[in-house]
Amino acid sequence: MPEHTVDLLKVEHLAVHYGDLVGVADVSIEVQPGSIVALLGSNGAGKTTTLNAIAGLVPASKGSIEWRGENIARQPAYAIVRKGLALSPEGWRLFTGQTVEQNLRLGTTPLADRKRAPEMLERVYALFPRLMERLRQRAGTLSGGERQMLALGRALMGEPRILMLDEPSLGLAPSIIETLYETLGRLHDQGLTLLIAEQSIQLALEVADYAYVLQTGRTVLDGTAESLAADPQVRRIYLGLETGEATG
Amino acid sequence: MILLQVIVAGLLIGAVYALFSSGLTLVWGMMNVINFAHGEFVMLGMYVAFWAFTLAHFGVASFSAAAAVVLFMLGVLVYLALIRHVMRGPMLAQILSTFGLLLVLRYAAFWAFGANFVSLPDGILGPSLNVGGILLSAPKLVAGVVALAVTIGMHLLLTRTMLGSRILAVAEDRNAAMLMGIRPDRMQAIAWGLSGASAGIAGALIATFFPISATVGESLGLIAFVVVTFGGFGSVPGAMIAGLIIGLIESLSAYYVGPVYQDVFVYALFVLVLWIRPRGLMGKA
Repeated sequence: MPEHTVDLLKVEHLAVHYGDLVGVADVSIEVQPGSIVALLGSNGAGKTTTLNAIAGLVPASKGSIEWRGENIARQPAYAIVRKGLALSPEGWRLFTGQTVEQNLRLGTTPLADRKRAPEMLERVYALFPRLMERLRQRAGTLSGGERQMLALGRALMGEPRILMLDEPSLGLAPSIIETLYETLGRLHDQGLTLLIAEQSIQLALEVADYAYVLQTGRTVLDGTAESLAADPQVRRIYLGLETGEATG
Repeated sequence: MILLQVIVAGLLIGAVYALFSSGLTLVWGMMNVINFAHGEFVMLGMYVAFWAFTLAHFGVASFSAAAAVVLFMLGVLVYLALIRHVMRGPMLAQILSTFGLLLVLRYAAFWAFGANFVSLPDGILGPSLNVGGILLSAPKLVAGVVALAVTIGMHLLLTRTMLGSRILAVAEDRNAAMLMGIRPDRMQAIAWGLSGASAGIAGALIATFFPISATVGESLGLIAFVVVTFGGFGSVPGAMIAGLIIGLIESLSAYYVGPVYQDVFVYALFVLVLWIRPRGLMGKA
């Protein structure tokens, strides 16, 4: 396969500025097709800004974002999602005044072939039977777990190649987080590529193939999930985790 | 029987208020932009009806449709040429720009159509009707019923169609809508078009029983603001109920106290509602 048709996402030396404020200073990441990549780092490290820049919600001030060989750094969000890059934003951002069904149907907008909408709906109902019972309910009346299902389902309706998730476990009960990651694992088995920003580092390293660590707007470290998880130095310095041997 | 007649007449005119106010509430709720020129949109709808009748002998249905189309296009044009740009500016720029638009439209109408009142011929919709002992003017009956139907249609468009769902998505969360592949500028242009169309149809309906002049938008625009504030910003059902209530109060106070004082009662109620419930009848908290 020639390189430009490969579902490769490559972010190089990305910088984003909000006026005088620096959102991210220098971020480089690569997402291989079929992989699960985790974006790690503390609050304010630049995870959300990085995902928002890839999705086209904030403009990159420097660097490039390459998707299938095309630089998409200057394109608006509504164009990028049509190219197969979907973002489920932090806090889910559901259309709370509209019904569950309307939220899901809005998700079908990026489909090139509108006739496939019913098929996509069926697929999401199969994944989350719970949503089917809530179709006529307003999204604002759902529980936290149901909201997360709807956000994920809505993002899947457009049949993305890469699904980006910003803090998907935030504010959820542990049992629901477990179900969420099981679902993500199943989607990955079906061929979906995932890029997940996650504060819960242990969780992220369990499911990811590869991970990047962000610190004050820069990628400071990367490696396979196993290598990062195993490195005691990494655990202590970057991930804030105490290892068994650490004496402090 | 007279009282019933007064009530029905009030509700009919209230339905027309509801129609053009629903257009104002749509763009207000969606973009937080106050269109001070909305009353002038209604005025232009009246002139479109008048000229379509005078020059092309359009009937009521055709000139109402013509007013809807022309004002839809004007709404889109205003969004693209003006609103889209000032929305990036401070709130004051938005207020001044639509206020400027009001002046431009009003005095352009003076310039183009003159200061004289014109009107469609009496009885364009037939004589007054006697419905079960209630005497109703045919134009007002038609205007009220059509206005109510179009307002309900607008509400259904917003809540039951994919287009409406996309418009409301942009209204609620612009960025989240973009992540769905929706183009906010396109939805906002359509919303301005719909807002214009509602004013256009309402203007055409009003023209069947009310004299047309370049300044008629002044009082109609004011009514639209009262209805929208009363009903709750952004709520079409709120505008509908508020429009009907205000039509009713106008009619009752004109009958019991005198037409000269009807506005006093309308605004007194308006202030009272704002005092007790500042977000309006059906506005979001």
